[in-house]
Amino acid sequence: MKYTGNVIKYGDNVDTDVIIPARYLNTSDHKELASHCMEDLDKTFVSRVKQGDIITAGENFGCGSSREHAPIAIKASGVSLVIAKSFARIFYRNAINIGLAIVECPEAAEDISEGDMVEADLDNGIIRNITAGREYKTAPFPEFVQSIIENGGLMQAIENGVI
Amino acid sequence: MAMTMTQKILAAHSGKESVSAGELILADLDLVLGNDITSPVAIKEFAKLGRDSVFDRDKVTMVMDHFAPNKDIKAAEQCKMCRDFCMEKEISHFYDVGEMGIEHALLPENGLVTAGNVVIGADSHTCTYGALGAFSTGVGSTDMACGMATGKAWFKVPSAMKIVLTGSLRKYVSGKDVILHIIGEIGVDGALYKSMEFTGEGLSSLTMADRLCMANMAIEAGAKNGIFEVDDITLDYIRTHGGAEPVVYRADENAEYDEVLTVDLSEIEPTVAFPHLPENAKTFAEIGDVRIDQVVIGSCTNGRLEDLIAAAEIMKGRKAAKNVRVIVIPATQQIYLDAMEMGLIRIFIEFGAVVSTPTCGPCLGGYMGILAAGERAVATTNRNFVGRMGHPESEVYLASPATAAASAVTGRITSPWEVMNE
Repeated sequence: MKYTGNVIKYGDNVDTDVIIPARYLNTSDHKELASHCMEDLDKTFVSRVKQGDIITAGENFGCGSSREHAPIAIKASGVSLVIAKSFARIFYRNAINIGLAIVECPEAAEDISEGDMVEADLDNGIIRNITAGREYKTAPFPEFVQSIIENGGLMQAIENGVI
Repeated sequence: MAMTMTQKILAAHSGKESVSAGELILADLDLVLGNDITSPVAIKEFAKLGRDSVFDRDKVTMVMDHFAPNKDIKAAEQCKMCRDFCMEKEISHFYDVGEMGIEHALLPENGLVTAGNVVIGADSHTCTYGALGAFSTGVGSTDMACGMATGKAWFKVPSAMKIVLTGSLRKYVSGKDVILHIIGEIGVDGALYKSMEFTGEGLSSLTMADRLCMANMAIEAGAKNGIFEVDDITLDYIRTHGGAEPVVYRADENAEYDEVLTVDLSEIEPTVAFPHLPENAKTFAEIGDVRIDQVVIGSCTNGRLEDLIAAAEIMKGRKAAKNVRVIVIPATQQIYLDAMEMGLIRIFIEFGAVVSTPTCGPCLGGYMGILAAGERAVATTNRNFVGRMGHPESEVYLASPATAAASAVTGRITSPWEVMNE
């Protein structure tokens, strides 16, 4: 699984309430959720995010609510991958379950700057910062997680008889 | 292999003699929960599998508590989708307006969870049932859908943090103050991916309301679950509420913990978490003059009868400060009735509060009690993130029911000790 894109960077403890505020949770429409993604943290996100972009963040990304609307909003915005120093637990499994690639790599999350072009090869656990010419190592996804993401999410993986 | 309480429950539910931290397992579920926000997403996912029925109609429950009674047309459509699904699949435990309550108060009250259960809920505060000695954790809608279809969920077996409680609480200090203190100590990712296991002789001084509140906020420290050692108080509660026969798991003496934290309950003071993270805990020596516009007493953290009694004791015979809006929300219809019969509702109304039907509304900035820019609220809820109760420039201060009530009296963040001259 390889992902290439420009980076949008955030700090520590980005919570699910700023990723998608509860006032928009009266819908589960993916496009509508994406249209309010990151609204209470970064009003410019929706207008500047491009297909394939990569989000980097600090510690505990996605803390708070179990709302799957949060990773759905990020994925539907076109974001291909989230790299953080650490993820909140429920967000982590929700992202995997809906087929949004995410990876913990403190070194990359620290070093990569806003706007950098980054390439991630998650099968081999290598993240390349093309802009800065640097490389970071990360643990490859466990096979179990890879198969869920490759199948487009947990339900598809069950349907395909993978799990 | 020595195991923690959580590890023992997970081993028993995955058909294994023992499990160890880091292991990926597939566990059988005793209950799958969803609400009116998370269930619609799960129902859409469930439909992809093309199954006629859920794995067990008695082990799936949906509670319409976030935007119900419906706040707008879209919310009404979400509730209708849940209602139709539950009717079609003949779900036994569907709770709609009139018999619903805030889910994490309602399920224990109705005896749907017992010690030794494995419960997943598409709501992060599902960890509340750890107070009953269950392994219970918040998940997303896809996990809920998978749980409804198969009766199973995948878990990475967590390592644990042991929290040893000693001493007993002083007057007007509650479980909310204890958990805010602990989160203040360890931070919002202090227990990330771990179990928080509560034990020690101090347990005997904690009511079930205290324990349910503390387990509820384990997620605010990033924990996978919070769980209390089962004692007579737990067993009494389960039996009184008609829960199934408890299965009690105790941690092995030589179980491994990443960390052991000892908390002397007699040293805990009224504690408030400042914006915008639950870890910003302060005691009154550090709290200056913070004027407030609203007080909310309720939620899955602190809407139980004991919480309303604590608030009423302080409000009785007093009036709310001018320009402070006070909202009191009994967490279930039963709690509402009990509060009415005890005369608490009269105390609240004479104080100047509104008393609402059970709802999660204000806690998540959903509806009722939304804050304008620049406004501040003291709330007994569990989160104070940016925009949590309304405008992104508003502020939420988390506190116990006693502290919230005392603050409503003065119009600034106030210790119950000050108002009650203790």
